[in-house]
Amino acid sequence: MSTQVFYFVATLSIIFSLLVIFAKNPIHSVLYLILTFFTFTVHYVLLNAQFLAVVNFIVYMGAIMVLFLFVLMLLNLNNETEPSKSPLIKIVGVIAGGCLVVTLIGSLKSASITSPLILKNPSLGLVENLGKELFGPFLLPFELSSLLLLAAMVGAVLLSKRDEVEA
Amino acid sequence: MDSAFVIEKFILVAVIFGISLVIAMYSTYAERKVAAYLQDRLGPDRAGPFGILQPLADGIKMFMKEEIIPTSSNRFLFIAGPGLALLCACIGTAVIPWGSPVLIAGKTIPLQVSDINVGVLYIFGVVSLGVYGVMIGGWASNNKYSLLSAIRAASQNISYEIAMGLSIIALLLMTNTLSLKEIVGQQHGLNWNVWYQPLGFLIFMVCSFAETNRAPFDLPECETELIGGYHTEYSSMKLGFYLFAEYINMFVSSAVMAALYWGGYNYPGMDYVAAHLGPTWAPLIGTAVFFGKIVMFIFFFMWVRWTIPRFRYDQLMNLGWKGLIPLAIANIIITGVVIAIIEKF
Repeated sequence: MSTQVFYFVATLSIIFSLLVIFAKNPIHSVLYLILTFFTFTVHYVLLNAQFLAVVNFIVYMGAIMVLFLFVLMLLNLNNETEPSKSPLIKIVGVIAGGCLVVTLIGSLKSASITSPLILKNPSLGLVENLGKELFGPFLLPFELSSLLLLAAMVGAVLLSKRDEVEA
Repeated sequence: MDSAFVIEKFILVAVIFGISLVIAMYSTYAERKVAAYLQDRLGPDRAGPFGILQPLADGIKMFMKEEIIPTSSNRFLFIAGPGLALLCACIGTAVIPWGSPVLIAGKTIPLQVSDINVGVLYIFGVVSLGVYGVMIGGWASNNKYSLLSAIRAASQNISYEIAMGLSIIALLLMTNTLSLKEIVGQQHGLNWNVWYQPLGFLIFMVCSFAETNRAPFDLPECETELIGGYHTEYSSMKLGFYLFAEYINMFVSSAVMAALYWGGYNYPGMDYVAAHLGPTWAPLIGTAVFFGKIVMFIFFFMWVRWTIPRFRYDQLMNLGWKGLIPLAIANIIITGVVIAIIEKF
């Protein structure tokens, strides 16, 4: 049952991810990206990582993608306003893409199918266990990353405030 | 998963869905009646006794109206917008415990569709998803007023979600659980969370007004600036879906406030009632009390709408970022310190 659900959702993830790239309209791209994130949420639920699933849902689907959509709606990109690309850029794109494909094939050739990882504690992803891990053994990295986020936030505020100071 | 379980849940979902729709329908009637009362008018009184059939008449009118899809709009997203708005409004009811388990025909049935152990976060997820209906609809209309309104809605929702999340953290520090069932269960009798978290409740309530786009924060549909807001281009039942979604959102956030802070189905003297009426009727009385609290909150939403004028957009942002967020953080710190002191001594 769970395996079948996994394959179904994994197929959807791949389809939506491809649609993100192939959609002509940037707004449609973002909407497909939201659907992709939703399938990731389902993956987390299948892995019994409920907290991660809900946080992925709230933060990525509910906040970050709203901001993406927000910016794209304001930019109002469409086919008429988009500058036509010169052939040089297209050639460069093909070469770069080809290099990426070669690298990917090279790295995947040596890969082998690993045996599935069995967690010692299947309820590791529940809020209580995750919290105990984060605030116990991983307290220092956790606090440091929060400092990093704070620094980024202050930086963003500073950048947006600079005009006002000069004026 | 036996079939009895599936049937039981299916009936529960159907009943809750039906109740949500009926309450949303009669909220429109109640809103007009409350407005009329507050403004010393009569309100709708033509259809049926006291105008009680007015929502039905309005519903039929909505269905019968001409369906207009603007030619320059994005057709699929234009239709998907209101659908998404209504869907997000409805799925929030899944984790709310409507009552303590009730004994029917020798079987104990929990009056909650799903007790997931991240219930509070699930509600937040649904709330944050709700804005997509407005955004997609506003953008797909291909109308600058709709787009402006959609963008307002998005930035308003994101801003107030932060304060809402922070206000709930103080509550979670006390309850030590994210499951709504356990949070409600802890508030037995009159031991309601609002006595311990008055500031947290105030912040949460203000934020839920903003999240449901209700006055005084109904800037996405500010008609003096934006014609009709994000649903300017909508007609017929698609407009009805947006209006319905707003009322269902109001119902759900009333239920969440009642469950998190006002004791849910708990009321003073419930042990006495449980001892005398038995395990079938006592939980149902609890459910009735819960609905009473929800109706009180819905009335409060309407009362505020006809009392406080609409905010200006910069006032809204100032209140959210410079007023509510620092207050919520202070509330978390105070709660944390008090809990630490109590545990120490």
